Amino acid sequence: MHIVVCVKQVPDTKIIKINPKTNTLDRRSAPAILNPYDAHAVQEAVKIRNKTGGTISVLSMGPPQAVAVIKKSVEIGADLGYLISDRAFAGADTLATSYALSKALEKISKDNPIDLVICGKHAIDGDTGQVGPGIARRLDIPPITNVIEVSEVNKEEKYVHIKRKQIDGYEVIQSQLPCLLTVEKEINDIEYAPLTNMINAARYEPVIWSVNDLEDVDKTQLGLKGSPTIVGKMFSPPKLEGGKRIEGSTDSQVEQLMGILMERKDLLKIKTANS
Amino acid sequence: MSEKFDVIVVGAGPAGTSCAYNCAKNGLKVLLIERGEYPGSKNVMGGVLYRKQMEDIIPEFWKEAPLERPVVEQRFWMMDKESVVQFGYKGLEWAAEPYNNFTVLRAQFDQWFAQKAVEQGALLINETVVTECIVENGKVIGVRTDRPDGEAYADVVVLADGVNSLLSKQLGFHREFRPDEVALTVMEVINLPKDKINDRFNLEGNHGTTIEIFGDSTKGNLGTAFLYTNKESLNIGVGTTLSSMIKAKLKPYELLDYLKKHPMVRPYLEGGESAEYLAHLIPEGGFNSVPRVAGNGVLVVGDAAQLVNAIHREGSNMAMASGQMAAEAIVEAKKDDDFSENSLNRYKEALFGSFIIKDLEKYKDAAHTFETYPQYFKEYLPMMNKAMSKFFTVDGTPKREKQKEIMRSVTAEKGTFKVMQDIYRAWKAVK
Repeated sequence: MHIVVCVKQVPDTKIIKINPKTNTLDRRSAPAILNPYDAHAVQEAVKIRNKTGGTISVLSMGPPQAVAVIKKSVEIGADLGYLISDRAFAGADTLATSYALSKALEKISKDNPIDLVICGKHAIDGDTGQVGPGIARRLDIPPITNVIEVSEVNKEEKYVHIKRKQIDGYEVIQSQLPCLLTVEKEINDIEYAPLTNMINAARYEPVIWSVNDLEDVDKTQLGLKGSPTIVGKMFSPPKLEGGKRIEGSTDSQVEQLMGILMERKDLLKIKTANS
Repeated sequence: MSEKFDVIVVGAGPAGTSCAYNCAKNGLKVLLIERGEYPGSKNVMGGVLYRKQMEDIIPEFWKEAPLERPVVEQRFWMMDKESVVQFGYKGLEWAAEPYNNFTVLRAQFDQWFAQKAVEQGALLINETVVTECIVENGKVIGVRTDRPDGEAYADVVVLADGVNSLLSKQLGFHREFRPDEVALTVMEVINLPKDKINDRFNLEGNHGTTIEIFGDSTKGNLGTAFLYTNKESLNIGVGTTLSSMIKAKLKPYELLDYLKKHPMVRPYLEGGESAEYLAHLIPEGGFNSVPRVAGNGVLVVGDAAQLVNAIHREGSNMAMASGQMAAEAIVEAKKDDDFSENSLNRYKEALFGSFIIKDLEKYKDAAHTFETYPQYFKEYLPMMNKAMSKFFTVDGTPKREKQKEIMRSVTAEKGTFKVMQDIYRAWKAVK
């Protein structure tokens, strides 16, 4: 079983600041981290490999310092790592990114055919969720998004059973292998990695490919040139205002709260488990 | 299978990193284990990095290390409630190579330094807590971490695990430190634009100033405060021994708040934006608190060995030097393939023969003296302020009479003999 996980280095958007003049992210204000959804993708690959055996490769595109997220993936339990890094890839939107990654995946699969590709649901800096399905389309394999459980992997008969998150529940599907999954955070908990993983990661040096290391590449489809996306306007969403605070004695607080609840019955509607 | 290294260093602060760097440079297989998210994420100091000991490890480090400002001026304030007596020195020879010292932000500096050790071949792992040393037949042979399959083995384990050093305590190298042996320091990083800093501190370009503040900065308790300039921020902090804090029922954050609002300090901070709040224990027991530093297969360096000179605010430099000495001892021990206490005692000998232990010995009674006799901070500093005020206030009194009056008021309050005794005692403590 050969599983490839696509990972991205992103600024930690929990603490990043937005430049108020240009409305762009001030990337210096936040440390670069492994995209949290991708961490869950790697963890899921580890869970599958521990059952089926095989190899986990991780693939990333980015500047040389993106090696850090590959090492982080090795900490979680990946075996091999590839970084495609070249000025030719810079400025890519989701279309150009999925093209570049699919070319790298083709090269990886030449040495060791790929059975399964896993991506995070989306990157926390772009939030588009387009690169995973884009890769699947280019590799001509089924994309399965919003995965919350991989219930069965059968590598002999080449199929998987998957639970997909839906607004009012979940969907169970069977898919052929190879296929591509994009995973939600609830698919697993990131485990505290064994010490040997930490030591392996500290020592690990990923394979780094430039554009010339990839084969059959149409350079007009890469980077800024290959990106038809035009950013029309950027704005910061209005800051959330704090909720109303109920004060006073306990009795009066209860009374006020009951008043609000009687008036706003919609607040009492019970939400379904997966909505 | 658990791996065996030549050296495992616990803690990637200045001491541990210095040791790892020098061991790796000499071809040893080194594992450096840090509990924080990255080196420096849990470390705190006022912010002065001394050039000399850093240069001994990495020559001309200032060309690439993330430093804030070279310090060209050092000021000392004896502060009262609404006044301050100051002296200091500013010299532009400190603004050029090889410099004297620098202000730094530890979160950045420690990361850079650890990366240097990695470049020498040390393996650095973060977010991993060493819970105990593995001891076999009276010899430390490795460490156990909080991770699954968390054991790793080595010929020598170097404990650079900081002020409380639970690991060397587990080995019985020291007892629990008393409240008068540790200081609690709280500090804030306050963002301020560069031109404001340069205007307020009378600085040009990237030049920096440090101010050490005594007296009312700690409400007269044994301790000091500091105000240092970074590129685009100020470090302000205050620390007193834990025992003084307990005795005076001081809360550390209240003390820092008091300092920030003090009329002598306030104008420097005006309009600044608080960016970080940090607190840490500082080992200030000095010579008398230095624990056992070598055992079979184990060495103790830096804060873990209580190597801080509180009087001269030196610590990180001693940490680095001790780490380097430990590395030298390990390299020698490796040649003989002998990692017994006897062999590793080379480190202890080097340490005790160096400026580190000599300086700590010089001031071994200082803290104790100033804590036992609080009059220095509580009475003499305010007196000094009143004297200066009197002397420089022009009110038609002849200067000689003013001098006499000042002397009279000092001795009248305490008695001539008492004053002489206090002066002698202070001199003896720091001579």
